[in-house]
Amino acid sequence: MIDIKNITKKFGKNISLNNVTTRFNGGDSIALMGANGAGKTTLIRMILGYYHANNGTITVNGLDPIKERVEILKHVSFVPQLPPPIKLSVDELLHFVQKSSCTSREMIYHYVNEMSLDIKEHLHKSFFSLSGGMKQKLLIGISAAKESSIYIYDEPTANLDPRARENFYKILKEQSNSSISLFVTHRIEEVKDLVNREIYMDLGEIISDVKL
Amino acid sequence: MGLESVGLKMNNLLLISYLDLKESIRSKWFLVYSLVFGGMIALFFIAGITESQVMGFSGLSRLLLMYIQITIVILPIFILITTVRSISGDRDSHILEYMLSFPISLKQYYWGKLIGRFITVYIPVIFAMILAIVYGVIKGAEVPWSIFFLYTGLLFALSSAFLGIAFFISSFVKSSEVALGIAFFVWIFLLAFIDIALISLMMQERFSEELIITIAMANPMEIFRVAAISLFDPELTVMGPVAYYILDSVSQANFVLLSIAYPVVLGIIFAFLGYRIFAKKDLV
Ligand SMILES: Nc1ncnc2c1ncn2[C@@H]1O[C@H](COP(=O)(O)OP(=O)(O)OP(=O)(O)O)[C@@H](O)[C@H]1O
Ligand SMILES: [Mg+2]
Repeated sequence: MIDIKNITKKFGKNISLNNVTTRFNGGDSIALMGANGAGKTTLIRMILGYYHANNGTITVNGLDPIKERVEILKHVSFVPQLPPPIKLSVDELLHFVQKSSCTSREMIYHYVNEMSLDIKEHLHKSFFSLSGGMKQKLLIGISAAKESSIYIYDEPTANLDPRARENFYKILKEQSNSSISLFVTHRIEEVKDLVNREIYMDLGEIISDVKL
Repeated sequence: MGLESVGLKMNNLLLISYLDLKESIRSKWFLVYSLVFGGMIALFFIAGITESQVMGFSGLSRLLLMYIQITIVILPIFILITTVRSISGDRDSHILEYMLSFPISLKQYYWGKLIGRFITVYIPVIFAMILAIVYGVIKGAEVPWSIFFLYTGLLFALSSAFLGIAFFISSFVKSSEVALGIAFFVWIFLLAFIDIALISLMMQERFSEELIITIAMANPMEIFRVAAISLFDPELTVMGPVAYYILDSVSQANFVLLSIAYPVVLGIIFAFLGYRIFAKKDLV
């Protein structure tokens, strides 16, 4: 369960989250929507414990995301908005994932394969030299292989071709329905079948929250 | 906390170090860095420095002295520009955002990076020195072991001090460009406050000698400079008044100890402050 209470986050004078209160329960599959700059990424980063709030509290399964980051992140899978230019080779990146979060390489291969990418051919390339779509497929594969109870996807389909998107949604459907999934998306029609809750944000506030 | 979880924590720390090390070794700056120090030694041999006898000391001692005198000036700036961006760079490029979405503690990440970087900057400078010793032995020169060990310690201390400062800068600057700028400033500043600037202060006679010596001793670069020549006969080296004064007033053994301990402590303090800031601030 993710419990967000009166969270305000400012960057200088700019208010990115304005007194946001909401709760995500196990089984929630949420489409998080809103215009550019609405505060979606900021909200996600608060949950992941990257930002210190100006006001309010967040708990994830009862724990503080900053103080207990390790405990929380053991159960969180995250795919960022843009794949970062990691200089490690694919092999090293997978090594990092395996060691840090007890994820099996076989499972990663399995899911990346589901995304129709043969990553074994690219193990010795550096991650940033993969194409944008390949990077995203790999990160999605990693996120699915990691056994989590919270899945956070910040617009992961931006670089994917239509078929890869289909594959992605297929993987998501297989995920356990007691977990929390949070998708940032600008295309609600694509995730319609996957989500049971739609949240709209604007100017740092939640302006609508509909359970389907 | 069980032994197993301690082991796991160590593992994550070493994992970060190991990956950082691998990444650094592949990078262009590391190649340039190794070539500069290795090349310097090679150049000394080609120039026949070991054969000529100037100012009473010769052979490998002279070569090592020249090596360390140049290294004292260029190693800090090398360390600063290559590591000052290690954390701020990862933050800029959102690498931090992804890597830290895995269950790695901030401690493991920060200190892991620091250890990885330490190995990358320390190995080439030591290796170049060992190269010199090996080549010298082949050529039949006598090995000045005391100097070699002193310099090994000095380089260790020098690397720690500047690595600590670099990580400190890296932890609070917003962008890598600013980090670079500050790094240059720190270097120039410390460089300016070695003998040259201090002599002119001394000549004005407005400040007490003790004050000037204290300023000099607070500067790790000056300490290294003095420590590097401390094993040589003071009559024979060109060391400048501040160095002369220091060596005159402190016993050699104490000074050597100080010259290694002080910069290491300084480095640790800065690194620790850097960690505190890193852990307190927004991560991305
Ligand atoms: N690190 C930061 N420093 C300063 N301002 C920031 C920072 N991160 C976000 N902001 C500001 O906060 C606001 C919300 O940004 P956020 O990235 O959360 O939007 P978003 O809803 O994810 O938008 P998009 O759909 O474009 O990804 C924006 O005005 C942005 O400029
Ligand atoms: Mg965003």
